[in-house]
Amino acid sequence: MAAALQMAGTLTASSNIVINSDRFRFGSLPRSSAGRKGTILVVKSDGRHTVGFNAGLRGANLITNAVAAKTEASAKTMDSKPGHEVLLFEALREGLEEEMDRDPRVCVMGEDVGHYGGSYKVTKGLADKYGDLRVLDTPIAENSFTGMGIGAAMTGLRPVVEGMNMGFLLLAFNQISNNCGMLHYTSGGQFTIPIVIRGPGGVGRQLGAEHSQRLESYFQSIPGLQMVACSTPYNAKGLMKAAIRSENPVVLFEHVLLYNLKERIPDEDYICCLEEAEMVRPGEHVTILMYSRMRYHVMQAAKTLVNKGYDPEVIDIRSLKPFDLYTIGNSIQKTHRVLIVEECMRTGGIGASLRAAIIDNFWDFLDAPIMCLSSQDVPTPYAGSLEDWTVVQPAQIVAAVEQLCQ
Amino acid sequence: MAAVRRLSLSSSAAPLRRLLILRPFSSSSADDQRVLTVETSLPFIGHKIDPPSRSVDTTPNELLSFFRDMSMMRRMEIAADSLYKAKLIRGFCHLYDGQEAVAVGMEAAITKRDAIITAYRDHCIYLGRGGSLVESFTELMGRRSGCSRGKGGSMHFYKKDSGFYGGHGIVGAQVPLGCGVAFAQKYSKDENVTFAMYGDGAANQGQLFEALNISALWDLPVILVCENNHYGMGTAEWRAAKSPAYYKRGDYVPGLKVDGMDAFAVKQACKFAKDYALKNGPLVLVQSYDFFEHYKMVLILEMDTYRYHGHSMSDPGSTYRTRDEISGVRQERDPIERIRKLILSHELATAAELKDIEKVVRKEVDEAIAQAKETPMPDPSELFTNVYVKGFGVEAFGADRKEVKAFLP
Repeated sequence: MAAALQMAGTLTASSNIVINSDRFRFGSLPRSSAGRKGTILVVKSDGRHTVGFNAGLRGANLITNAVAAKTEASAKTMDSKPGHEVLLFEALREGLEEEMDRDPRVCVMGEDVGHYGGSYKVTKGLADKYGDLRVLDTPIAENSFTGMGIGAAMTGLRPVVEGMNMGFLLLAFNQISNNCGMLHYTSGGQFTIPIVIRGPGGVGRQLGAEHSQRLESYFQSIPGLQMVACSTPYNAKGLMKAAIRSENPVVLFEHVLLYNLKERIPDEDYICCLEEAEMVRPGEHVTILMYSRMRYHVMQAAKTLVNKGYDPEVIDIRSLKPFDLYTIGNSIQKTHRVLIVEECMRTGGIGASLRAAIIDNFWDFLDAPIMCLSSQDVPTPYAGSLEDWTVVQPAQIVAAVEQLCQ
Repeated sequence: MAAVRRLSLSSSAAPLRRLLILRPFSSSSADDQRVLTVETSLPFIGHKIDPPSRSVDTTPNELLSFFRDMSMMRRMEIAADSLYKAKLIRGFCHLYDGQEAVAVGMEAAITKRDAIITAYRDHCIYLGRGGSLVESFTELMGRRSGCSRGKGGSMHFYKKDSGFYGGHGIVGAQVPLGCGVAFAQKYSKDENVTFAMYGDGAANQGQLFEALNISALWDLPVILVCENNHYGMGTAEWRAAKSPAYYKRGDYVPGLKVDGMDAFAVKQACKFAKDYALKNGPLVLVQSYDFFEHYKMVLILEMDTYRYHGHSMSDPGSTYRTRDEISGVRQERDPIERIRKLILSHELATAAELKDIEKVVRKEVDEAIAQAKETPMPDPSELFTNVYVKGFGVEAFGADRKEVKAFLP
């Protein structure tokens, strides 16, 4: 409890966040939302208190395959459980809408985000509500509309730039790297760029090589940029809101296959800390670090591992830049073995950097070499079977843990 | 005549420094505010637009301030040349001498709430926007009190409080940024415009046309200004562009070709452009063939100008053009000489007084350089400041979440 409060101390620097200490007993979270519309709840990744929010993933709603099946009805169920059920894209939309209500400077720009509603329906209905000046349909010109978003951010607006697929943002790489990341530094602090660049990436269902890119590895060395990857409706909404409120440029990586995940999320206003990792499943034997879609592959492997007698500690790193070495370090101190599971490429991927960071900081705590499972260094093939082999599968994770724990 | 009398009084009665107070004159009289009408040297050429008139109204104040400001800019650039050769300025140094009329004319037509964004040839625009000589030189020499704290350098001068958005090294990348600033101005409904400047080399960049399309589509109050000095580094414009008529390259966007060596032509064009960009005219219905035409807002200005130096300090500037060409332009079209002739012909000051102004300017520049040389280098901890905006207790620079403590030699 004291540790949680200490971590909470860093957040009280901002006047926006009110932290009520008795909320940290997650199991008994008070649920009446009527009187508490304006307060903000911050969820910490203190591993010992995850029962409340992440129960969905450990208990009965464990997702048995990596892609959520089409849900029968996305209408909010009227049972006595608090919160409301949403799909991930709806959670993103809720986060975006709440921030647009809260701050008139937030605007959205991207291809087909307005009248079409967004290619993944994340911005559906927003154009009707906010008008053409706040939800802007752009022509297919990523380089320039990303540049325009950055220029607008320099004056104080808070644009949310959507890349229809993260891979298309390669066309805007110059703007993201040179202007977005560096302007705060090269202007000596005069300009801040509170932009959010978001979009789906990752390997989908046979979308082909050019539409299955993972750009985390390309953006990770851009100084001045923050990168986060969401994996559940809960953290999608929380990260979206935190990203919009952040004064730094944030790239929010979503995943094409995760948009239809369903989860019950709180009714209250909440954000997730941008620099924090999420403890998904505490354990003793090995630390498994992953992000985005790999969460589901790892949890599936975890089921098998538990049956085999292993006790993996699973952490969703969420923050790809900077890494949350605090949470990761605590975990390594406990387990002494690390497995990184990622969808990025083997060469120069997030796992490669994370491995280097762990070796630099926690070498003395390691009992075995860090293993890193990543996608193969190949363009993603179209054929289904080949595509499955490009990406890390649960069986490989199980084998890796067994090898690590010998 | 009163204006002339006052100048001679101040130069003889007081030390030369008194001449610094040229704007505003200490005791204004009707003579100082009298309006002079000046004809621009060349007519404007319009593309899909009626060009403005060649007659520009000005005052003696303005003429003298043009002269002074341009002399200051010219002096600063020449001084930067010597500093670069003395290895006090390193890296890239792109000098603006010859093109001063664009900076000065533009400033005369707009306010500090309008925004300007330009590429790497930004020292004089920074001065025009209100930057000081000392800040410029300290930034060029990489000292701690530079306008970007020594971390930007020659290509990254910024001044947020007077709407100067830089200062960008990548050719053409500033144009979408400028359109974004204009978008924010439209969003905030604050009746200001943005001048997004670029060169003839950048005029062939795709992102420029992308941004132009979006700006025209969304009716953004942006004016694209092409400073055509006829050479993209070492490549002449006719070797780089199939159509070097950059004011026509906007196609559906109207354009204006301006003599960029004439400060009054620039002033007239920029004033015209600002009015044009802000006009929310009623829908102009042109009912021919059953279509309506909106009153468009974006405009392209092509400034026909010339740079005396090479592209940068590492370019002698003579391998792709002849010295005769450079000296020819200097003799016939030099912007400062033009203003000098105008002042002398209107008898606002004598030649000796103008020389005195130049001497004062030179002294100011030398003092600024001396002060800049004394300024210390940035503190080593500055390496890590301003990478992120620190909020919510974040202390991070790279993969590490903790603050990296590095003791640099």
